[in-house]
Amino acid sequence: MTSPLSAPVPVVLLEDAATGITLSAQDSVAIVSYDQPDSPVNTLNTRVGPVFEQVFARVEADASLVGLVIVSAKPDTWIAGADIDELQTITDAAHGEAMSRAGQRLLDRLAAFGKPVVAAIHGAALGGGLEVALACRHRIASDHPKTVLALPEVQLGLIPGAGGTQRLPRLVGLQAALDMILTGKNIRAKKAWQMGLVHELVHPAILREVAVRRVREMARGAAPALRVRPQATSAFLLEGNALGRSLVFRKARETVVKKTRGHYPAPLAALDVIQAGYADGFEAGLAAEAARFGELAVSKECRQLAYLFFATTALKKDTGATGGVPIAPKPVKKIGILGAGFMGAGIATVAVQAGTIVRLKDASVERVAAGYMAVRDVVRERLKKRQLTSLQFDDTMSLVGGTTDYRGFGNAELVVEAVFEDLAVKHQVLREVEEAAPQAIFASNTSTIPIRDIAQAAAHPERVLGMHFFSPVHKMPLLEIIVTPETSSETIITAVAYGKKLGKTVIVVQDGAGFYVNRILSPYLNEAGRLLDQGAAIDAIDDALVRFGFPVGPLTLLDEVGLDIAAKSGPIMAAAFGERLGPPVTLRQVIESGRLGRKAKTGFYRYDDTGKRVGVDETVYAMSPAGATRATASIDDIQRRCVLPMLNEAVRCLEDGIIRSPRDGDIGAVFGIGFPPFLGGPFRYIDTLGASVVVEQLEAIEARHPGRFRPAPLLVQHAHSGRRFHP
Amino acid sequence: MPTFGNGRRVAIVAGVRTPFARSGTALKDYTAIDLGRFAVGELVQRTNLDGAAVDLLVFGTVVQSVMAPNIAREVSLLPHFPKTLQAFTVSRACASANQAITDAADQIALGHAAVAIAGGSESLTQVPILHSRGMSDILIAASRAKSLSQRLAAFARVRTKDFVPITPAIAEPSTGESMGQSADKMAKLNGIAREAQDRFALRSHQHAAAGLDDGRLAAEIVPVPMPPKFAQMLSVDNGVRRDSTYEQLAALKPVFDRQYGSVTAGNASPLTDGASAVLLMSEERAKAMGYAPLAYIRSYAYAAVDPGEQLLQAPVLAAPIALQRAGLSLADIDLVEMHEAFAAQVLSNIQGLASAHWAARAGLRAPVGEIDVDRLNVMGGSLAIGHPFGATGARVLTTLCHELQRRGGQFGMLTVCAAGGMGHAMIVERT
Repeated sequence: MTSPLSAPVPVVLLEDAATGITLSAQDSVAIVSYDQPDSPVNTLNTRVGPVFEQVFARVEADASLVGLVIVSAKPDTWIAGADIDELQTITDAAHGEAMSRAGQRLLDRLAAFGKPVVAAIHGAALGGGLEVALACRHRIASDHPKTVLALPEVQLGLIPGAGGTQRLPRLVGLQAALDMILTGKNIRAKKAWQMGLVHELVHPAILREVAVRRVREMARGAAPALRVRPQATSAFLLEGNALGRSLVFRKARETVVKKTRGHYPAPLAALDVIQAGYADGFEAGLAAEAARFGELAVSKECRQLAYLFFATTALKKDTGATGGVPIAPKPVKKIGILGAGFMGAGIATVAVQAGTIVRLKDASVERVAAGYMAVRDVVRERLKKRQLTSLQFDDTMSLVGGTTDYRGFGNAELVVEAVFEDLAVKHQVLREVEEAAPQAIFASNTSTIPIRDIAQAAAHPERVLGMHFFSPVHKMPLLEIIVTPETSSETIITAVAYGKKLGKTVIVVQDGAGFYVNRILSPYLNEAGRLLDQGAAIDAIDDALVRFGFPVGPLTLLDEVGLDIAAKSGPIMAAAFGERLGPPVTLRQVIESGRLGRKAKTGFYRYDDTGKRVGVDETVYAMSPAGATRATASIDDIQRRCVLPMLNEAVRCLEDGIIRSPRDGDIGAVFGIGFPPFLGGPFRYIDTLGASVVVEQLEAIEARHPGRFRPAPLLVQHAHSGRRFHP
Repeated sequence: MPTFGNGRRVAIVAGVRTPFARSGTALKDYTAIDLGRFAVGELVQRTNLDGAAVDLLVFGTVVQSVMAPNIAREVSLLPHFPKTLQAFTVSRACASANQAITDAADQIALGHAAVAIAGGSESLTQVPILHSRGMSDILIAASRAKSLSQRLAAFARVRTKDFVPITPAIAEPSTGESMGQSADKMAKLNGIAREAQDRFALRSHQHAAAGLDDGRLAAEIVPVPMPPKFAQMLSVDNGVRRDSTYEQLAALKPVFDRQYGSVTAGNASPLTDGASAVLLMSEERAKAMGYAPLAYIRSYAYAAVDPGEQLLQAPVLAAPIALQRAGLSLADIDLVEMHEAFAAQVLSNIQGLASAHWAARAGLRAPVGEIDVDRLNVMGGSLAIGHPFGATGARVLTTLCHELQRRGGQFGMLTVCAAGGMGHAMIVERT
């Protein structure tokens, strides 16, 4: 290895300031370096194509250059994929297909390049970025946690469009390629090397030097020592012949259909074009890839998923501040958590994983121990999956400090309470916290009690807000931050910044019964209960809404969340909003019967001793006015009666100023409830249907079931004016 | 008034420890490093300390890990601290944590550090077991072999006896005498009756149980999750026997000298796993950071005797030096914490402090004095609580400071006997 002092100075051959692409020469090897201006990452757009063409032409023509190395000048991305903004400008399928064809041609040229090309990958090589690497003759990755490789196009409703669907399976085998393309998951450097996706792993400090050396060796005809991917016998038997492959495709298709329920066309399209490549050859595969890419790029699913991508990105930049002078968030290094139960431990889990010191307090050592174990179980999963080293695991767990008193709260910047849902208890702990942690923000994780009621007991109401996490905390991406008129900007900004540090997508909402997420969930769950009252079957209701695109049906959701939790919010919503959100008979009866849901193995469903669900509990029907006989309700009717009032309530939340924008409403529903992402969220869905259609349908149901479906005034306004929520 | 540190007083700000557990029980799956991390992590958390403020971490241990000899450094790499926190490990047998504390205090007195964490840790479950000499030779020969035949030749030398491993024994390298044999010998030399030993052990258990039950001792303990299921936490010392009776203790058979001995499992401290740590600061820094220290170090001393004579009697020589350095006499001391390795040793130490013979040996005109047992080990001691060698010193100091504060006393003294015939004493003062 050459020391930095004696490193040869590269000679710049070509520089394009607009795209940030520089071609230089070092030891007769051309190095193309990409550093997209004014962007934290490198993306692929229509402007870089021609510059790469120019680079290729120059390197091919220059006899003094023996080969090419592709590097990134960004600290932790190589090439992060296509420019998603640019994808939005695609007007029709033919346009998208042409774009894909152009990318394919460029990478075909790279793949057929007359001189050796080496991809020197440090940082993320995603989507189109990985496709560039796949077209290189040799790939070297840095052995670094930032180096990840993936084809995440399906997550945006697309498929790889620059040859990725054809090159990847030929390189790593069919099953491994399907696993990457159908899920979009990240492959870390070491795994990439093990599966044959890259040839070598080196320390980032010598990446470029090794790449240059490899090019020179390859140019001399001295083939580098490549690691041959050992293919498992089972993989060979399956993938080595058409019969085996068709079996793999069939299984994959079944899995995709089961998972997407036909709502997402991209994974199926990916399967089609990969299969076409095996059946009819590489060229035919590329043609199929471009055609399907074009179709998908203008599909409604792709548009909604791209919208959610942009909305999430915008929320990442949103500090939660409402105009005025920008205030820096206070750093949060230590938090206190009151209550080591399910939620408290869940919050502790994400906090310690973000490197925060946690004081986890509960009334007894036994309860603290149970909380510690819950944290440990989740963190240990990551150790088992090798996402953490055992040292990182120990370090993470060392941040959990169990306690039965307030010692160690003194310098906490934030205290989250997850104690019993009772106002008097909340008041008591608030006063204790103001004493024990005099500088701390007090955040309540209540899902039912208005924050302003809690803040009544505060000496410093400006430091009180709600941080409504969703369960299970380490899996649910949303954090709803609830502010009162008295909450200070600094408090809001600090809580928002910390929520993001925990990896959450944060929406800031105003105080009000149910806040946003539980408020729009309420009519949806209630209506499921009413359908039950009126004779619909439990599984029929759940099935209809899963078909609609929810991850689980409403009654399953109640079982999962816990009926005791639901019981708490029912009366509060009814008190705040009257008949519109009044709880239905069967729900009330089931709750009163003492069923708690999955955690107690009794609910709307039956569970065996191991907690596995074994079918509908038909004894529930006896508690319903319709009795044991269940009528068949139409899927369409179930879907409309549950979903439309949810949309309507979302509009009311916007009207009442609970949410700041339709964007926040969409994100809250998708990430908090699992509202179908391919519909973009309630407001995007209303725009798709048309406000007037939604009003019409609501009025139709209102006529049959009066009292709960009257369209929100704002919705009626939009119906009249034809205005959209998202312009 | 002579005080330690040339006017730069060292404050004891706080102390915390893991529960002490009999070896092979609740904490057996933890290494000394793991235990040290529990104690230090909680110390930082509980004191609302910013880890970046710490200048130095010193830890004591006796049975060193072969894999991680500088356990202090492993502890200092906790995520609570910046990686720049320097740390070193010390060993002075049962006074190792005391050595860590006085080393850290010296650094503060010198002005090299303003904030230091000192303590110690021991796992007497996870001790290294060594290959026999013969097996070691064979393994080294095999690793140096250049061919398969050489390697096979090396292994061909293996004999059955080579498989017998060497386990670390608690015996004096110089005399070959075990700690228990030494204690038994001291009982004979000093005429400490079996009954006195058993009564003292009983007292230790009763006082410790009271301290745990009324929360005074429990407040010094960080609950530690118990492997393998982690469903429960250990929050009290598990060697304390609440319901011990004199009759039970008297019925135990002597362990070391079965015929004429008096040291039994009941009047000796058990093998124990645990860790403890204290937070030390210069007086100035403690005030600047808004801490109200528990106490200040007024003086300390180390001394030694011939290990072949009375192995655990050196505190008798260390105490008068510490008192002299403090400018105090035993009458000024409000509270005494004496490490209890064996009841025979504590009673020998008490006797020695009052004896003209030991006074003469210490070069004193008069004995140090009679220890008032009502002020001695008022919440029990190592006989009941247990004795993780490297950790005991910081436990004793923490308990002494807390109880001195509780009683509104002015001066406290601690003594610790250590293998090799060594002894330690420290005087602390409040305000």
